[in-house]
Amino acid sequence: MATEVATVELEERAKRAESRRGVLIGAPAFLYLILFFALPLLIVLVYSFASRSSTGATILGNWNLNSWIRVFDSQVAQIAWRSLWLASLTTVFCLVFGYPFAYWIATRSDRARGVLLILVMIPFWSNFLVRTYAIRFLMGVEGPVSIVSQALGGEPIRILFTNTAILIGMVYGYIPFMILPLYAALERMDWRLVEAARDLYAPGWTAFKKVTFPLSMPGVVAGSVLVFIPSLGAYVIPAILGGSNTVLLGDYIVSQFLSARNWPFGSALSTAVMIVMLAATIFYFRRGGRTL
Amino acid sequence: MTESTTAGRWSERLLGANGWLLYLFLYVPIFVLIVFSFNDNQRVAVWTEFSFRWYGEMLDNDAVLRALRNTLIVAAVATTISTILGTVAALSMERYRFRGQRSADGLLYLPIIIPDVTMAVMMLLFFAQAINIASHVVRLNFGLGTISLAHIAFNIAYVAVVVRARLALMEPQLEEAAADLYASKWQAFRRVTLPLIMPGVAGGALLALTLSLDDVVVTSFVSGPGSTTLPVYVFGLVRRGVTPLINAVSVVMLVASIVLVGISLGLQRRSGKTSPLIE
Amino acid sequence: MAVLAVLAMAVAACNPADTVDETQPPTGDGTTAETTSAETTSAETTSAETTPAETTPTEASCAVDAVDGDLNFANWSEYIDPELITAFEEEYGVDVVESFYESNEAMLAQLQAGVVYDMIVPSDYMVGIMIEEGLLMELQKEAIPNLVNLADRFQAPPYDPTLGYSAAYQYGTTGLGVNLDVVGADAEASWALVFDPELASRYSGQISMLADPRETMGAALMYLGYSINDTDLAHLEEATALLQEARVNIATFDSDQYDEALVSGEMAISHGYSGNMIVGIDGADNPDQFAYLVPQEGATLWTDNMVVPTVSEHPCTAHTFINYLLDAENGGTLTNWNWYGSPNAASEEFIDPAVTDFYAGTLDSDELEVIEDTGDYEINFTDYFAQARS
Repeated sequence: MATEVATVELEERAKRAESRRGVLIGAPAFLYLILFFALPLLIVLVYSFASRSSTGATILGNWNLNSWIRVFDSQVAQIAWRSLWLASLTTVFCLVFGYPFAYWIATRSDRARGVLLILVMIPFWSNFLVRTYAIRFLMGVEGPVSIVSQALGGEPIRILFTNTAILIGMVYGYIPFMILPLYAALERMDWRLVEAARDLYAPGWTAFKKVTFPLSMPGVVAGSVLVFIPSLGAYVIPAILGGSNTVLLGDYIVSQFLSARNWPFGSALSTAVMIVMLAATIFYFRRGGRTL
Repeated sequence: MTESTTAGRWSERLLGANGWLLYLFLYVPIFVLIVFSFNDNQRVAVWTEFSFRWYGEMLDNDAVLRALRNTLIVAAVATTISTILGTVAALSMERYRFRGQRSADGLLYLPIIIPDVTMAVMMLLFFAQAINIASHVVRLNFGLGTISLAHIAFNIAYVAVVVRARLALMEPQLEEAAADLYASKWQAFRRVTLPLIMPGVAGGALLALTLSLDDVVVTSFVSGPGSTTLPVYVFGLVRRGVTPLINAVSVVMLVASIVLVGISLGLQRRSGKTSPLIE
Repeated sequence: MAVLAVLAMAVAACNPADTVDETQPPTGDGTTAETTSAETTSAETTSAETTPAETTPTEASCAVDAVDGDLNFANWSEYIDPELITAFEEEYGVDVVESFYESNEAMLAQLQAGVVYDMIVPSDYMVGIMIEEGLLMELQKEAIPNLVNLADRFQAPPYDPTLGYSAAYQYGTTGLGVNLDVVGADAEASWALVFDPELASRYSGQISMLADPRETMGAALMYLGYSINDTDLAHLEEATALLQEARVNIATFDSDQYDEALVSGEMAISHGYSGNMIVGIDGADNPDQFAYLVPQEGATLWTDNMVVPTVSEHPCTAHTFINYLLDAENGGTLTNWNWYGSPNAASEEFIDPAVTDFYAGTLDSDELEVIEDTGDYEINFTDYFAQARS
């Protein structure tokens, strides 16, 4: 009897020690983020209740809910919906093209894998703006792709300033964010499980659907999150390739802080976006079976 | 890994095709970028004639060189620290259970969720206050330090996501086995866990580096005298018209990265280790 | 969490503007560089040395050619000839630490938060805002004798009527770059090219407008006969409707690549700034094919200005630098390097004829307006522009 109680007690102490170790291990990172992120974030929250002077300075007084009320404006909803749609499409396409790509790299030989992955990242070590301009140049009516297609007897391409152009540019810009986590997950794949499925006479596709894909889920989830969330706030690529014909959420928020100099509204809008995104991420993770 | 574990022959071909097409897709704009760095014209897209003019001008242009230097310093510091911090955060979240873990999770996702400009504004305000409070004791200023601190803040989150994806797939049994063999926690970490998560850590580091090299909005708000970075400088050029000078700078950066990576891979191969991107 | 919230409120509640005074360094650089100029008197030099120690120097007391330490200079990228900087450093024995920014608003945010610069180069409307926010130091005109070199138009600009806080750096206009092969050699210099439905439909999909709310809404306002600084909401709604109709023909709102798009043939009509147009057209295969038109209904005259923030720690060096750049020959060197319009009347003989020809008659034009900040009304431009585009 006594020994059983003692064992339980020991177990609990061990558990608490484990838990404490967990906190200690992560402490440097968590403390850093609390100091250099959470604390500044509270400033934004405070600003969302402040008011704007006639020259656009923020008055930390005259607290009000005006900015928050405006967040629910129909114009905001329209802009948000457009950005949501773009982000979803971007994520889907990144997944569709990125997954086979990550799979392919993960199944190459030891020596090739590292090189192939780094080759993916290298284009992104050039300057973002110049890269986007180069893409714009390629898509132009007078650009090289257009010239080639005309030489082949076809029409000049009219992609620039369309939604297609924006999507191509977005997929280009965000696909590494999908590939890296997917690779990290797939590389760890226990291929013996797939082999076992084949031994059990499962055709290739079934083996993939029932074994590989589910096992790579953490990578899929991580990649989707890393693509969807930033692309929700993207506005530079859409502006350059899409002609600024429509206003996206990222652009709208930036303009509140810069050209409109309405920091309270910008703060309220950003906070609202963050709350929604955080809730959505939590929901997505719960569905995916991971903890959050 | 034998042939029979991957899909059949034709799907193998499809995968390969997809791979190479994607590389094409990624590199064609880079090719354009490189070609136009040799353009003699002031405007990028109008080809005049071949010349090394912009490379010469780049070497002469102190402002650009200093911006490049600043970018590299910040990127190096931010990547290193954020990779370490991001990894420990990931370990803590995936291998242990503790109270307040839900909040920690939220905290680790917020830097990814927050709009760039919002983070820029809040870091500016925060640093301004911090510098003001600290001024009673020590005289601080905005500069490479504040930029690095801001970069680390958002990079930690990205690194953590990648490493966590990796950790989620590892069975704890391996580490338990190490414990059974009387390995200390540190030994188990160093010899079992770390090598196993290396691809995740390296992937996270690559991501952090890329983010740091390209950051504009946050950097422009928290930089100080003499600490302008290259992406901010380039964005400022837009107002005046971007010249092929920046193409030349990009090409130099690309070549430098490739050389660095090539050297590090070569060194590792020589020392018998394989790339950190594989186990 | 609650503790953090309270802490944050306390932190946030300290108005950064107020704390600027407290961050004044106890002493300036201490050293005053000896200048080669014979005009410096030792008495005035020592007074310059003690100025930073006093609280809130909104006014500097500097002698001509006096320097009080290194210059902390924030400017737009590629906007000044590096040789001018080097020459200044050598002549006055100081270092110039350059920083670069990419938007007026980012610079404003930094100033409001108390980041220290000695001299910056904001645009006209921003100067007005900064003056009202009390962010700028009153210039001591005795230290800047070359101020007289400025052309008449820049001696009393609307955003700084007494020229007490700023001195013009470079200027330009905003107009329409056109491809004469498409619009015809006799195309009228008018906004109708964009806003007249019948005329614009001939160039449908080949028109590019700026993504700047004030400029583009302003173009619509001016076409309708109103001022670019008009503060009547009804007029703004008219302009919004006009722009929405014109969108059928407008391919893109672009503030970056408009001149490249024009010269490469992608666009036939590009709304843009003169500074880029002149360079872009000059670099074209056939420059005569293109022209830059300043619409007769009205166009923007914009100026970038040299100002000294109140947080400046070396105001005397800043004054000297401003004076240096306003020198006739230096003004010429500056313009010849960046090909913008020179506000310096005395520099004309030193400037490349290509530039003087391009801007000939500009300063005498009555139709040019300067964008001014409209206070509480300002926010409407951004909002309505967003509306016009959605």
